Amino acid sequence: MKYLFIFLKKQSFFFLFIFLELVAIILLINHNSFQGSRIINSTNAITGSFQDAFTSIGDYFFLKEANEQLNAENARLHELLQKSTVFPYSAISQPDTTYAFIPARVISNTTRGRNNFIMINRGRLDGIEKEMGLISPQGIAGIIVEISSHYATAMSLLHKDTKISARLKNNGQMVNVSWDGLSPRTGIVEDIPTHIIPKPGDTVVTSGYSFVFPGDLMIGVIGNKVFTGGNLNRAEIEFSTDFNSLHFVNVTKNNASTELDSLNMQLKDE
Amino acid sequence: MNNIIVRNTVRFIVLVLIQVFVLNNISVNGYINPYLYVLFILLLPFETPGWLLLTSSFVLGFTIDIFAHTPGMHTAASVFMAFCRPGLIRFISGSKGLEPGMAPGIKDMGFRWFFLYSLILILLHHLLFFFLEIFRFNEFAQTLYRALLSTFSTFLLVLLVEYLFIRRKDKA
Repeated sequence: MKYLFIFLKKQSFFFLFIFLELVAIILLINHNSFQGSRIINSTNAITGSFQDAFTSIGDYFFLKEANEQLNAENARLHELLQKSTVFPYSAISQPDTTYAFIPARVISNTTRGRNNFIMINRGRLDGIEKEMGLISPQGIAGIIVEISSHYATAMSLLHKDTKISARLKNNGQMVNVSWDGLSPRTGIVEDIPTHIIPKPGDTVVTSGYSFVFPGDLMIGVIGNKVFTGGNLNRAEIEFSTDFNSLHFVNVTKNNASTELDSLNMQLKDE
Repeated sequence: MNNIIVRNTVRFIVLVLIQVFVLNNISVNGYINPYLYVLFILLLPFETPGWLLLTSSFVLGFTIDIFAHTPGMHTAASVFMAFCRPGLIRFISGSKGLEPGMAPGIKDMGFRWFFLYSLILILLHHLLFFFLEIFRFNEFAQTLYRALLSTFSTFLLVLLVEYLFIRRKDKA
């Protein structure tokens, strides 16, 4: 009887282990990075306020850096503004209102995992929705995947599921950008047709075809490694965004997304 | 008894806070991620019943997961580590025998014992965690490299904390 009891006790340890491990695996599998699990979404509100408090202390240490970044962006925008007012009354200068920008502050950010996330202090009540883009002063940074009322989490470009529709600026060739997990500074440009061999320093920008990011936003420049051979060429890309120093970002809101989505649905139905 | 519960609860909270607000924010280089929070599982008393060992590890992993946006990964790795713990203790303690009142640490069990005990458990935890994170095998060598580097850094931190703790106890 005693041995039976001991045996059962040992087995219960094993069964409890299996049960808890199954729960963890189910959590893992259910969490599709584009939809986000309900559990993580609801906990966003709690962790968000913690991270927010912590970041507001840390903010003071990065004021100089953040200022410099914003200053540089200001200068770039001023330059653009001047260019666009050359024909002030022509149809060309009609402001493009497809995209709206919502400014936000980064309250948590990782760069070391294989899958990284950026948390911001804007949420549903500020008009943030899933699959909106996140851009830093230097270039694109991520895509929103989870939202709560006051906070949102974006999947960083540094994620294994990243696939950004992009374009080589000098010849307009469509490519895709992904991340191989090696360094937070570099990623991979994929699906380059074999007749095109990108040169180091070539600029890579967003294509604007994904409805997440507006077109012609900076992603990065081609790095030193270019892989030829095989069906399609690949190349290393140096991200223009410095993911280790993200402080202020903008969320891109596509005002026409519902219209575009319904158009896409019609295409699928046919 | 109450004292042990209080001490472990405090340790739980402190380790989670350190992990979430300090270690998760420090980047040494792209590869080094110390997960010091596993120290909680390492230092649970020998007398901890199995169900409590597993469930507290589950809660610990889950808390870390929520903050790190890694659903289930830390949870699965922590529960696995907790599952391996009793067997490993039996295996490496051998004939030494555990006396009541002993705690798993350098002070009671000696450096060699704690070295093996913590290194093996941390390695098991990190291997499972890093392979769950990538969830595929085509980056095998790279993932293994990450897991080993992080194991090493976690292990060093664990030893450091353990030594700080011993000194403080001796003075008191």
